[in-house]
Amino acid sequence: MFFYYIKLALLSYRRNPVLSSLMVLAIAVGIGAFMVVYTLTYIMGGDPIPQKSDQLYHIQFDYGDPAISAFEPPPQLTYRDAMAMLEAPFDYPRTATSRFSEAIEPPSRNIAPFFANGRGALSDFFTMFDVPFLYGGPWGAESDSNGEQVVVLSRDMNDRLFGGENSVGKNLDLGGLVFTIVGVLDEWQPIPKFYDLNNGQFNVSEEVYVPWHLIASQELRRSGNTNCWAPPEGDDFQAFLNAECAWIQYWVQLPDQNAFNEYQSFLNSYVEEQRAFGRMRVPVDKRLFNVIEWMEEQEALPNEIKVLTVLAGLLLAVCLLNTVGLLLAKFLGKSAELGVRQALGANKSSLMIQHTIETGVLGTIGGLLGLGFAVLGMEGVKILLSGDIPLDWLGIDMTMAMTTVGLAIISGVFAGLYPIWRTSRINPAIHLKTQ
Amino acid sequence: MEFGPILRSLLRNKTGALLIALQIMVTLTVIVNAIYIIQERSQHMTKPSGLDEANITHILSIGYGESFNAEATTDNDLRVLRGMTGVADATVINAIPVSSSGSSNGYMVEPGRLELAVMAAQYRSDDHAISTMGLELIAGENFSPNEIVRHEPGTARTDTSVIVTRAMAEALYPDDAAETTIGRIFYAADDTALQIKGIVERLQVPWPSADFAENSVIYPEIELDGGNYYLVRHEPGYRDENLPRVEETLAAQNDTRVLRENQTFEQTRTITFIPDNAMTSILSIVVSILMFITGLGIVGLAVFTINRRRRQIGTRRALGAGHIQILRYFLVENFVISTVGVIFGAIMTVALNMFLVNNFDLAPLQWYFVPAGMAVLLVLGQLAVVGPAWRASRMSPATATRNI
Repeated sequence: MFFYYIKLALLSYRRNPVLSSLMVLAIAVGIGAFMVVYTLTYIMGGDPIPQKSDQLYHIQFDYGDPAISAFEPPPQLTYRDAMAMLEAPFDYPRTATSRFSEAIEPPSRNIAPFFANGRGALSDFFTMFDVPFLYGGPWGAESDSNGEQVVVLSRDMNDRLFGGENSVGKNLDLGGLVFTIVGVLDEWQPIPKFYDLNNGQFNVSEEVYVPWHLIASQELRRSGNTNCWAPPEGDDFQAFLNAECAWIQYWVQLPDQNAFNEYQSFLNSYVEEQRAFGRMRVPVDKRLFNVIEWMEEQEALPNEIKVLTVLAGLLLAVCLLNTVGLLLAKFLGKSAELGVRQALGANKSSLMIQHTIETGVLGTIGGLLGLGFAVLGMEGVKILLSGDIPLDWLGIDMTMAMTTVGLAIISGVFAGLYPIWRTSRINPAIHLKTQ
Repeated sequence: MEFGPILRSLLRNKTGALLIALQIMVTLTVIVNAIYIIQERSQHMTKPSGLDEANITHILSIGYGESFNAEATTDNDLRVLRGMTGVADATVINAIPVSSSGSSNGYMVEPGRLELAVMAAQYRSDDHAISTMGLELIAGENFSPNEIVRHEPGTARTDTSVIVTRAMAEALYPDDAAETTIGRIFYAADDTALQIKGIVERLQVPWPSADFAENSVIYPEIELDGGNYYLVRHEPGYRDENLPRVEETLAAQNDTRVLRENQTFEQTRTITFIPDNAMTSILSIVVSILMFITGLGIVGLAVFTINRRRRQIGTRRALGAGHIQILRYFLVENFVISTVGVIFGAIMTVALNMFLVNNFDLAPLQWYFVPAGMAVLLVLGQLAVVGPAWRASRMSPATATRNI
């Protein structure tokens, strides 16, 4: 019966090609546009580290000056507070991290010196964020405390400098200092770049990683967002380090609720203590944010995308309303045929099944076409966004493709509910009489 | 006019009409809000920077290593750049307007009064800044060459004179005309005293969407931290030819530095506005799709209802109704349905706008967008229905009344 109904559905399509094609087109366009926008939301706003996102916490302090109205507390930490956090008596994995940019003088004289984007981090950074290694591994905790000049390269940087071979143990001339390479990362590009949402949430991952303390001790060229709410008391680098200037991201991994509570009360008492020194005078609601909360707080998903999602949802609604109207027209146009079938003994439920299958078929065709539109649309979005950030992660994966077609079938059947109900209420006698 | 019969006929057969009205309602909601966002974005994309954009290029030079001498390199680079054929002028600066990257600070008319602070971008450049960028000096004077400070990183800054934009002067002294503020002294957040030496008409900050988009302060200072931008204004027609030569020339001067971002100001502008550009393009596509789909839906349903009423049309024709009257019937019918749609649509449009304003920092809609959108959709409805209605009116009474 099922295949017979599918055949009937295709026959019915051919009988009314214009009306049917209009419906398919309406479903396809609505679904296609909606899926493009939904995919953007799904990728850009997705959980970048699902296995740990509820254990990794970013710290936020009560920064700012109450005299400056409309001053939003900067999302990063000052050097002084980051150091205090590092000295806290806990064994939880934690890292202070910030960006820098330094010249690399490549070992091969064929490559001209260039500037690389770097990140200072503690050894826990790599294990906390499950950073994949191709060769070697993270430096040890003692390298952090001793300020050893060790470096981890990104896979791209290793390809560029050493043609992709295992470079662990070799030296690298970075910012006029000699570093020993201890590890090479595999491809690693979390979307969004949750561990540093302040410097472009879709930016490329850094190319070199060094122990974070070197940024201060060797005065590496810091880059990235810096936000001060009081001028430094002096003009040298030490004065900057002591100043109320936030430029460090700080993450801690708290495995369970107990750890969370313990850490939170530590933070609360730290803030109380700092208040006594006249610091931290702009209260915040919350000091520990897990990855998802932090992405929301920092608006990692651009407002533009949210607005587009609302509008694309409404566009889909218009397309479905359109389909409802056209289906109604089509089914009511078949009244005479339905009259004949009912007179020959078809009951209401088999008519309803037949028409549900017919709308399902329209939905499927619309969905496949819509998938085509969505793929094209995604390419269009890539062209529009190209030039600023790498976009290889933008695309429609299998899940999204299945969702697209599934959503189209559901939409088709949903749009058909009312027309089918109307059709099943037709009195066969009237339509047979007019034949 | 046959309003009465049309209304009664619509009320007897509500569903089709209701669907069209709903469609028009949602379509109006989306297109008015979308067009409003497009218009808002375009405005901020086309805001003038104050620079002679067509002829300007810039390049970033970062020195490295112990032997790099920032002061000597900068002086030499500027001399060489200014001597190039086709170059009108060149300057060194810490940040490029509209590039999204730079530094800002708070400024006050009384020292230490942070609550009065006016935010502004700080540009550090020399006496060639005005001429290179092509800014319009409306009051006071330019820096003199001997005023330019060479600032070593990590050393104290002293009181100095500055050039500000008109918008900045007005923000600091709201009660006075900008031209009259020459010579006045205001303060940076670290209490450095700054005396206004000149005022330029306009110079955008690096962040076009900032709410202080035209508050800029130019310091007579060359920062000697090794990393600086050179801005170059070329003679008309020389820009594209000179662009690669700028990099070649600078590279030949000194090899203990890296040169990056050698690009025209227009490229910088394009890169900064990629998201806005993408947003307006996507929204334009959404608007066109919606108009198209809604139009198609109206045509489809019109064809259907007309086919269902062939006999009634035939009867009216037989009773003496002319082509025009049949045509008018369907046009008026559509007008009635669309009017209901756009009225409810107007309410929803405002509701959606309020939602967007509250949740996504958009500015509220200007009122005239709503009636304009309503008018467009009423016209769209009439256009969509005129074809089917025209064919209906051409139907001869005989065929129309004959049994199918």
